[in-house]
Amino acid sequence: MKKQLFALLFALVPLTALGAGAEDVPHSMTPDLSNQESLQRGMQLYVNYCMGCHSLEHQRFARAAEDFGMPQDLVEQNLIFSSDLAYNDQMHVAMTREDGDNWFGAAAPDLTLHGRLRGGDWIYSYLLSFYKDPSRATGVNNAVFDMVAMPNVLEPLQGVQEKVCAESDRPIEGAELDPLTGKYQSCEVLQVTQPGAMEPDEFEEAVYDLTNFLVYVGEPSKLHAQTLAPKVLIFIFIFGVIAYLLKREYWRDIH
Amino acid sequence: MADNGVNKGRRRFLVGATTVVGAVGAVGVAVPFVASWQPSARARAAGAPVRADISKLEPGQRMTVEWRGRPVWVINRTPEMIERTESSDPARFSDPDSEVPQQPGYVSGPLRSIRPEIGVLIGICTHLGCSPLYRPEPDAVDMDNWPGGFFCPCHGSYFDLAGRVFRNVPAPTNLEVPPYRFEDDDIIVGEDEETA
Amino acid sequence: MGTPNRVKAERGLMRWVDDRFPATQMWQDHLSKYYAPKNFNFWYFFGSLALLVLVNQILTGVWLTMSYNPSAEGAFASVEYIMRDVEYGWLIRYLHSTGASAFFVVVYLHMFRGLLYGSYKAPRELVWIFGMAIYLLLMAEAFMGYLLPWGQMSYWGAQVIISLFSAIPFIGPDLAQWVRGDFLISGITLNRFFALHVVALPIVILALVVLHLIALHEVGSNNPDGIDIKAKKDETGKPLDGIPFHPYYTVKDIVGVAVFLFVFAVVVFYFPEGGGYFLERPNFEPANPMVTPDHIAPVWYFTPFYAILRAITFDLFGLDAKFLGVLFMGGAIAVLFVLPWLDRSPVRSMRYKGWMSKVMLVLFAVSFVILGILGALPATALRTAVAQLCTALYFAFFLLMPLYTRLEKTKPVPERVTG
Repeated sequence: MKKQLFALLFALVPLTALGAGAEDVPHSMTPDLSNQESLQRGMQLYVNYCMGCHSLEHQRFARAAEDFGMPQDLVEQNLIFSSDLAYNDQMHVAMTREDGDNWFGAAAPDLTLHGRLRGGDWIYSYLLSFYKDPSRATGVNNAVFDMVAMPNVLEPLQGVQEKVCAESDRPIEGAELDPLTGKYQSCEVLQVTQPGAMEPDEFEEAVYDLTNFLVYVGEPSKLHAQTLAPKVLIFIFIFGVIAYLLKREYWRDIH
Repeated sequence: MADNGVNKGRRRFLVGATTVVGAVGAVGVAVPFVASWQPSARARAAGAPVRADISKLEPGQRMTVEWRGRPVWVINRTPEMIERTESSDPARFSDPDSEVPQQPGYVSGPLRSIRPEIGVLIGICTHLGCSPLYRPEPDAVDMDNWPGGFFCPCHGSYFDLAGRVFRNVPAPTNLEVPPYRFEDDDIIVGEDEETA
Repeated sequence: MGTPNRVKAERGLMRWVDDRFPATQMWQDHLSKYYAPKNFNFWYFFGSLALLVLVNQILTGVWLTMSYNPSAEGAFASVEYIMRDVEYGWLIRYLHSTGASAFFVVVYLHMFRGLLYGSYKAPRELVWIFGMAIYLLLMAEAFMGYLLPWGQMSYWGAQVIISLFSAIPFIGPDLAQWVRGDFLISGITLNRFFALHVVALPIVILALVVLHLIALHEVGSNNPDGIDIKAKKDETGKPLDGIPFHPYYTVKDIVGVAVFLFVFAVVVFYFPEGGGYFLERPNFEPANPMVTPDHIAPVWYFTPFYAILRAITFDLFGLDAKFLGVLFMGGAIAVLFVLPWLDRSPVRSMRYKGWMSKVMLVLFAVSFVILGILGALPATALRTAVAQLCTALYFAFFLLMPLYTRLEKTKPVPERVTG
């Protein structure tokens, strides 16, 4: 009886653990740190589109190059634009915090740990959720982060996205499921109305790469941990088996 | 709990096996703790090779670059300076042929340099770590027949323009020559020629 | 030389040592001739595991101190420096942060074992009290350690807990300010917490662990049957139901260590954030005194007490709810210290206690877990009501114990241990 109660309690714990997770966001992504090409493309996008404002104060170019399998000269030629920055340096930006306060009303935050603070799903959804809003100074708003100060820097790639009335395969808050079509009818659907340099699919992939890169930056040690873990676990297992045999041998004495 | 029926061999084997595997585990646990004392990425970044433009360095002049927290002198020796250094009597020096390994293998001869005119030395006296003064002109110091070089004010050690230490001074060895190489107009201190 | 009747090695180096230091005597007293009951079960692994985690915390803690910078300006960055730039720094840090949670897992299970088998009852009252002192200091140690990464949750968690002091009538606000050393939590607070976390508290905890073990080995270990094995001895004076701790329990504990390390390593390598419970998400943002995170939850091992604190939403006996909450929270821990005198049962082990004790223990354990879950969630009216019920049950377990342990009918205790 008591044991069953405990089993029940332990079964309840993971359920509540889910409750402590991230906010609800429309898209999800599964990071893949073993995909070096994706990480390289993500870093390229970051350097070109984000690093004007957002630093990665704790991420060194050299570490990323090592982890993504990129040679030093290639990184120096293609990814380090500022003459103040060297291969071994962290990815600082030129803009000071005061400039950021003046230009955007809020300093652009450092993004080193954003992958852990917000999570991949949030970043991915956020980057896909800018839409045209002429009432705002930046001309855009964001469905995930309302009234965000950041402009849609990826607009040249994505094109202009607008909120339209349409059907959507994805569940949308406040929209009802049409039982006949299995789709959602809503006027909150985000759709690209003026194409950018990329097709919507291509753009989603680019945003995936960028998010993947930011998730990597949040915890670069994860790569090391994942290669080390199986060895450690196998070793402990072998040790445990031998220790168990030893224990059984000695405990033969006792009855 | 009597000893009868105990398989002593098996017991001894299992004790041995547990001890050995446990000891291997202990060594494994020690690895991260020992490795964490290696220079960190920050220290390595600060100690990375430094690049300096030497095209503006006038003959006879010296410039100082910082590498791994130490001053590295780059001197552009004039033909007279080279002449004076090469013609110095080897008997005046403790180690005229640079036999003590105070320089990379690719640096040799009395001038202790890759190019005769460009001398590269770590500006730390090999005695007790003071930084010697640059005295390139003849008779600039209180020594007969001074070929030009460096004088350490702390304990009075003398070195010539190639960093070779004179006899009868406290410093035991020649000034250290760091690894370095040339690239176009630049000198790169801290990186060997071969690995370029 | 030395005490004449002390056990000494016959000859050689050990003899030389034994003439100067009671090495062989201590080895026998605490290991090879320390007779422990032969019927220890699963619950008896956690004492030695707690010792293992303590060693892990000290070792990794010392190594973290080598690269950590205890200042408001540098703390957060130095943790990331450890995580990225220091070789294996990430592993050492995760061993420490996961070790903190593992410590509480192990200690809670160890304490529950005590409740289950009456290990606090005479003559083991001091063992229990030393243990409770360790637990109390461990909470202080963990709380101060959690400020050190200087993230948002570090900062605001400390802010909330230190503000508890201000609820104390008359001296409260001054006391809170004295603890902080500033008008808000600042680098000054960080520095003193750092000193206490890395030097003062570990020394005291280590000393208490020694006292805990000396007291235990003086009276001998309890067992799942709660009977005194020293009562039945053979002709040589060895307890009939006792076996030497070494080698029997050393080899058994090694198996426990291996199983523990396996689970521990899985968490360290794959889930160091513990689903947001070991390392909380807002802590990946540097402390900012101007912005409070949406939801402040303490680390999981404090949540039961935090839930009790929040459950007190009413004034009572002329005391306001805020101070009363602090009193209840303090009382929840303080009541543990007097447990040996609350239990009036003639038997130790739950196996032979009556049904009331069993029901109360289950209710207590369930309440404690539910309080732990509630403490991690934002408060709602329903949750507060549940927390109030669980708080009542928590205290009922202790305060009604003198009654129900005397009233209920116990089962007869066997002469010898029952395997």
